[in-house]
Amino acid sequence: MLIINCPYCGPRDQSEFSNGGEAHVKRPDGSKEIGDREWGEYVFIRANPKGLFYERWVHTHGCRKWFNCVRDTSTDEILVTYKLDEKKPNLNNFKSVVKTPSGEPEVGSGNFTVEK
Amino acid sequence: MKKKYSIFSLAKNALSGHKDWPKMWRSPEPREFYDVIIIGGGGHGLGTAYYLAKEHGLKNIAVIEKGWLGGGNTGRNTTIIRSNYLWDDSAHLYEHSLKLWENLSSELNYNVMFSQRGVMNLAHNEHDIKEIKRRVSANNLNGIDSFWLSKEEIQKKVPIMNTDNLRYPVLGASYQPRGGVARHDAIAWGFAMRADEMGVDIIQNCEAHQIRTKNGTIEGVETSKGFLRANKIGVVASGHTGVLAESAGIRLPLQSKPLQALVSEPIKPIIDTVVMSSAVHAYVSQSDKGELVIGAGTDNYNSFTQRGGFNIIEDTIRAMVELYPVFGKMKMLRQWGGIVDICPDASPIISKCDIEGLFFNCGWGTGGFKATPGSANVFAHTIAKNEPHQINSAFNLDRFASGRLVDEHGAAAVAH
Repeated sequence: MLIINCPYCGPRDQSEFSNGGEAHVKRPDGSKEIGDREWGEYVFIRANPKGLFYERWVHTHGCRKWFNCVRDTSTDEILVTYKLDEKKPNLNNFKSVVKTPSGEPEVGSGNFTVEK
Repeated sequence: MKKKYSIFSLAKNALSGHKDWPKMWRSPEPREFYDVIIIGGGGHGLGTAYYLAKEHGLKNIAVIEKGWLGGGNTGRNTTIIRSNYLWDDSAHLYEHSLKLWENLSSELNYNVMFSQRGVMNLAHNEHDIKEIKRRVSANNLNGIDSFWLSKEEIQKKVPIMNTDNLRYPVLGASYQPRGGVARHDAIAWGFAMRADEMGVDIIQNCEAHQIRTKNGTIEGVETSKGFLRANKIGVVASGHTGVLAESAGIRLPLQSKPLQALVSEPIKPIIDTVVMSSAVHAYVSQSDKGELVIGAGTDNYNSFTQRGGFNIIEDTIRAMVELYPVFGKMKMLRQWGGIVDICPDASPIISKCDIEGLFFNCGWGTGGFKATPGSANVFAHTIAKNEPHQINSAFNLDRFASGRLVDEHGAAAVAH
């Protein structure tokens, strides 16, 4: 189970949180001009990387505030959590442990979630 | 040479201490060029190669697999097979598959241990009853065997179930007698063996890194064993399909999540059917070895760790112990997770795409095992003919632009 650092309440157990999927998704401009395909992509398609991923969480059973997070989906290691109005961190600041696109990380998946 | 399995071959090999069984398939080095490369050596991928060779006469085919055959979700599911889906499109697809299952052991001359012991889907509240009864009626209109069981009938079939003294009492269930379970490894091994006999190269420990395209046409795939050229590529990589699609510049509406299952210590026969409950999230069957095979849910965040969160197992075990108090003292032997690719409408994608020669069979989410032979069969047709089979024409990628979704959230056992 993950320990998630809520930017408002501090580190709490994952069971207090709900995941909100990809973060920083932008509604497309020019809603009258764009076609069904672009709308479909906006509605249905979300990033699904193996490795570093911007995502949203909400502290459902706590302060009930939304916040953003960068997590490595190959290990579940949470790299940073930040408030919605903060700038999104550059992914180059973090090292992805996945060497090939669909490969497995050297340390068993999930092991980074315990303290290093 | 075609390998034959019978009581005589078993007796003959028993006399020599089972040391002389022939290898079930070769382990060839990859060739430079293939007509079709299938990425993913699970049941769906191996089955696709089998049907491509058998029904469409293609010979120059390779299946590449990053680990070992059937080591992904084929070996990680709870092996439940049924076809009681709501919409016509899905009912036809899953029923096509169920019909193939019924004949598969004799077709492959390899025992896939398909056991039609019936599948029950429990209703725990007013809404469940309405939804399940509606689905039973829809099934009957599609010629699928499915009927409503009252609480008393459930108690007769599964006497160990606690139907009344729990938070969400059992009010009834749908029942499909032709549903059941099969042996998960056998389907991969059976397809692999027969495909190999028809000349398909099965290459294990060969990880696909990047799908290469040129001017909107497929060129081949970069792998850990070098670059393999191909006219057509079929991607059947379950949770990793999105990652591979991305390498070809295609974005798929998939989200990858861990789905967990667990088995108990083996016990004497106690439950002779499959019981599923999506409302309290517990489903169970008993394997031939006697272990209870229990399906848990998906984590609510994207992840590629084949492990999953502990809270998910806790929820499932809580529901299991409430429904079957007799299991309260049992010990669990193993727990594992598989990475499933979930589609927004809980239906699969079996489709070509904008790139000529590139095909996807993905989005099976939490319920792909039951569809293995049917999915492989229509996917082989799609690849060979460059157009979908009538059965999978609704499961295209265009539906996410047109909005003609096949919403099966009700029939999918695992809520997502």
